[in-house]
Formats: sequence, C-alpha cells, structure tokens
Amino acid sequence: MLRIAPTFTVATPTTLAEALALKATHGEKAALVAGGTDFVPNLKHGLHAPEVVISLGGLDELRGLDFGAETIALGALVGIHTLATDARIASVLPSLATAAGLIAGPQLRRMGTLGGNVCLDTRCVYINQSESWRSALGYCLKKDGDTCHVTVTGKKCVAAASNDTAPVLLSLGACVELASPRGVRTLPLEQFYVHDGARNTVLAADEILVRVLVPRPRETRRMAFEKLRVRGAIDFPLLNLALAFDLDADGVLTAPELVISAIAARPRRVRALPEGLLTDALVDRIAALAFDATRPLTNINADVEWRRDMVPVLVRRAFAAARGPQSPPFAC
Amino acid sequence: MKIEFTLNERPVRVDVAPMARLLDVLREDLRVTGTKEGCGEGECGACTVLVDGRAVNACLIPAIQLRGAQVQTVEGLARSERLHPIQQAFLEHGGAQCGICTPGFLMAAAELLHREPHPSRAQVREALAGNLCRCTGYQKIVDAVAEALS
Ligand SMILES: Cc1cc2nc3c(=O)[nH]c(=O)nc-3n(C[C@H](O)[C@H](O)[C@H](O)COP(=O)(O)OP(=O)(O)OC[C@H]3O[C@@H](n4cnc5c(N)ncnc54)[C@H](O)[C@@H]3O)c2cc1C
Ligand code: SF4
Ligand code: FES
Ligand code: FES
Repeated sequence: MLRIAPTFTVATPTTLAEALALKATHGEKAALVAGGTDFVPNLKHGLHAPEVVISLGGLDELRGLDFGAETIALGALVGIHTLATDARIASVLPSLATAAGLIAGPQLRRMGTLGGNVCLDTRCVYINQSESWRSALGYCLKKDGDTCHVTVTGKKCVAAASNDTAPVLLSLGACVELASPRGVRTLPLEQFYVHDGARNTVLAADEILVRVLVPRPRETRRMAFEKLRVRGAIDFPLLNLALAFDLDADGVLTAPELVISAIAARPRRVRALPEGLLTDALVDRIAALAFDATRPLTNINADVEWRRDMVPVLVRRAFAAARGPQSPPFAC
Repeated sequence: MKIEFTLNERPVRVDVAPMARLLDVLREDLRVTGTKEGCGEGECGACTVLVDGRAVNACLIPAIQLRGAQVQTVEGLARSERLHPIQQAFLEHGGAQCGICTPGFLMAAAELLHREPHPSRAQVREALAGNLCRCTGYQKIVDAVAEALS
C-alpha cells in the first residue's frame, strides 16, 4: 500500500473555461484527472509531481454522445462502461464497443473514461513500478534516468501504448478535438500519437481533450477488435489490434485498415494491404503482412516471440469476427 | 478540504487531504472498516463499494470526486439483525473463507442485483470479474450469488 503524499492542491472546475484557465496558469505543473484509474496508481508510484491536480469530473460539457448523420461525437468524459454497453455504439461502432468491454474489469470500466483512455500514459515493465523499485535500477529515460532498459542503444523510450480504444479509433479514421485558451483544434488521431514512449501524444501543456469524432461508417463497413492478455478478466493488452474494411455483396474486400498496438509507443497502421475477393488466402496474406510489420519488445512482461506469433492468429480471429454478425460480446 | 456525501444513507462531512482515497477516508477518517484494501492498485476488487449505485474501486477514487454522492459499503447491506440475501447465501454456500475479499464480492454482487434481478450464471461471472479470491476457488461464490439472485 502506497499513500499519496499531499504535495499539491486539487481544483474542481465546473466549466471547461475554468479548467482551461487553470491549465493556462499552471501549464505542465497542472495534471488532469478524469476517472483516475491510470492517474492515481501512477501518482502513487511517483511518476507525476504536479503542483495542482485538475479534476475534470464536474465538466458536464465533456459528457455528451451525439450520433450525427456524418459524425459520431463522443465526449471525453463518456465512461468506458457506457461505450461497452450503449446499444447505439454496439450497432454503429461494434469494434469500439468490443474494445471497451475488454478494458480492465467491471469496476474500472465504471470509473474510467474515453478521454483518459485516449490519453493513457504508455506502459513499461521498468516504469510501472514503485519509486524504490525504480531507484534500485537507477531509473530510466521516461522518468528521472538517462538510459532505456529495453532498447540496445538506450537512447529512446519505447514504452508501449496500452490503450485499447486507440487502435480501434485509428482504424475508424477518428479525430480528436483539443481545447486550449487559444481555441479548439481538430486533429486526426493519426497525428495525435507520436513515436516517443516518454510522451506519446502531441497534447500541449494548455490543452484538454474535449471530444473524439468518429466518421459514421458506411453500411458496407465491417470491423473487429482482438486482444491478447494474461487474465481475460482484467489485464492490460499484451497485444491488441483493430480491423475495418468494406465488403460488397459479391464478397469483395476494399479499403482495409489494420492497426496493431501494445507493441511500441504508438499504435501501428499496417500499410499497403491487398484488396480483392475475401478468401482465406487473402486473410493469410494480410496476416503475414501484419506479422512482418510487428516486432514486440521487452517493454511488456510477456515473451516477445509468443506475442509476435499471436499477431497472425489475432488477424485471423478479427476477420472471423468481422465476417460474422456485427455484435460485440456481452459486457457487464 | 471539506467534503459532504451520503454514506449508507447517512449524511457525512469530513475534512480530507487533497486526493485522499475514498478507501482511506472510509477506513481511517470515518472508521468504517468493512471495506478492505488488497492491492491498492485497482487489480483485486477487495475495496469495491457502490458510488451512486455503481460498483467501483475505493482504492482509486479521489474522495474529492464524491461531493454529494451516495456511497454504500458492506456495512449498508444488512438491515438491523437481518443479513442481506447475498450475505446469507455466502454463509450457506461457504462463499467466504479468510474473508478479505468478501466485502468486495458482496458489493459487486449487490450492484448486479440492482441492475439485473435474475442474472444468468454468465452474467454473475462477468459482474464478479474484477474481484479476486485466493481461497475459495470462486465456485462457491458464484453458487452463492447465483442462488441469492435466482
Ligand atoms: C488493473 C487495471 C487494468 C487496466 N486494464 C486496462 C486495459 O485492459 N485496457 C486499457 O486500455 N486500459 C486499462 N487500464 C487503464 C485505465 O483503467 C483505462 O485506460 C481508463 O480508460 C483510463 O481512464 P480514466 O478516466 O480513469 O483516466 P485517468 O486516470 O483519469 O487519466 C489518464 C491520463 O489521461 C489524462 N487525461 C484524462 N482525461 C483527459 C482529457 N479529457 N484531456 C487530456 N488528458 C486527459 C490524464 O491526465 C492522465 O494522464 C487498466 C487500469 C488498471 C488499474
Ligand atoms: S521503454 Fe525504456 S525508457 Fe521507456 S519506460 Fe521502458 S525502460 Fe524506461
Ligand atoms: S484494493 Fe482496490 S482493487 Fe485491490
Ligand atoms: S475468502 Fe480469502 S481471498 Fe477470498
């Protein structure tokens, strides 16, 4: 049991404007907390040292779910449990509902939010540890140290993006809406994540994620999400992937998107995927491309060869799920 | 920092440190010790309580988020001397051994009861998926909850 030393103040704004003003004043020294399911353990482990913690829970502006003709807008404070159980999400964005239902366990899904998941800190076996554990090893690049224990060169942090909604939202072409005192900018999610495990988003010190905008998928769009984890009931991903493609009445697959994550700092889009009649042979070709594109590291505490070998398996499972009835498994 | 919320249907007012966890506010400030700490990391569910009717982990909830909330702990389940049906079923089925996980399981099951008066066994298992038990092997817990809710 580790206590949180009260070395900071807590602010509970009730409007976005108020929260942004606080961010503008304190910049990097102001930390945001939504559901707290990632932030609180990290705070206990001494990974954050804020001067003020801004609790976003009172910002009702960030709660909406809007199903427009063109775009589905999901507020940053929409709960993971809601994403997993809302009937409209299950019917329009089934892969998102599936991913949400596989995040953590029931209690954490009731506390965690979409915004917290999209902005989740990267994870690594050498960083998600207590302060004394990390100090015994001499720390690392991501916090307080000057080397990386995962890579040979030790020059770059490759802690893993471990958020399950990220690959799905990327596969669906989502954008994020970021508010700051300078205004609101909308950015494709693909530009939001960067290749740096120390900090894998371009969220500026004065910005707050307000909404996630997902283009309404075409009627012909099929999608699926698959995840590998140690305990099916609660764990973070050891590997996850999201698939989306169009399938016409003749069984021809076009515009495939495949995003693989929980490998490196940024979810990876597998490019130049083949199109054509959706046969087992086509699935095998895509599975082989996915295998080639994936090089798991020792940032996650599970055998790297096994994780790599599971990539084509998950791709085949994703195709099987996407070809079947588009209904996410029951989540609670 | 002063906060007010309702605990087991009674209003309470406490002065807490910023980011104090609900678990510590309950156990140390309010001396309501039925809620247990297992991992303190969101992994085991021993600290499960209901906040506005939803089962959540008290070890990760900053108390500051509780202003005006309705909190229910295991102490709020029994009515005077009469055990809650889920508690009674745990007793009859041997659903508790060392007991550290029991309050958390009872609260996760209590949420299921509010939501789904007649759950299937699969729903019981899913609702209890965030709770760990190192003694019972789970079967007796699932039996108890399934029977209490049947
Ligand atoms: C035991 C355990 C298992 C878990 N398993 C999984 C899993 O399987 N898959 C998974 O994806 N996650 C998992 N998580 C992590 C976490 O529970 C979820 O990712 C959750 O969705 C995080 O949301 P939150 O609201 O609690 O985030 P918080 O903890 O409140 O915030 C997370 C981060 O996002 C930032 N943030 C939050 N909201 C905003 C915003 N609106 N704008 C800008 N920044 C913001 C915070 O500053 C913080 O850095 C697990 C956690 C635990 C403890
Ligand atoms: S990848 Fe390297 S620098 Fe990053 S958290 Fe892990 S050990 Fe530290
Ligand atoms: S003590 Fe809260 S989940 Fe383990
Ligand atoms: S009864 Fe001992 S841990 Fe569950």
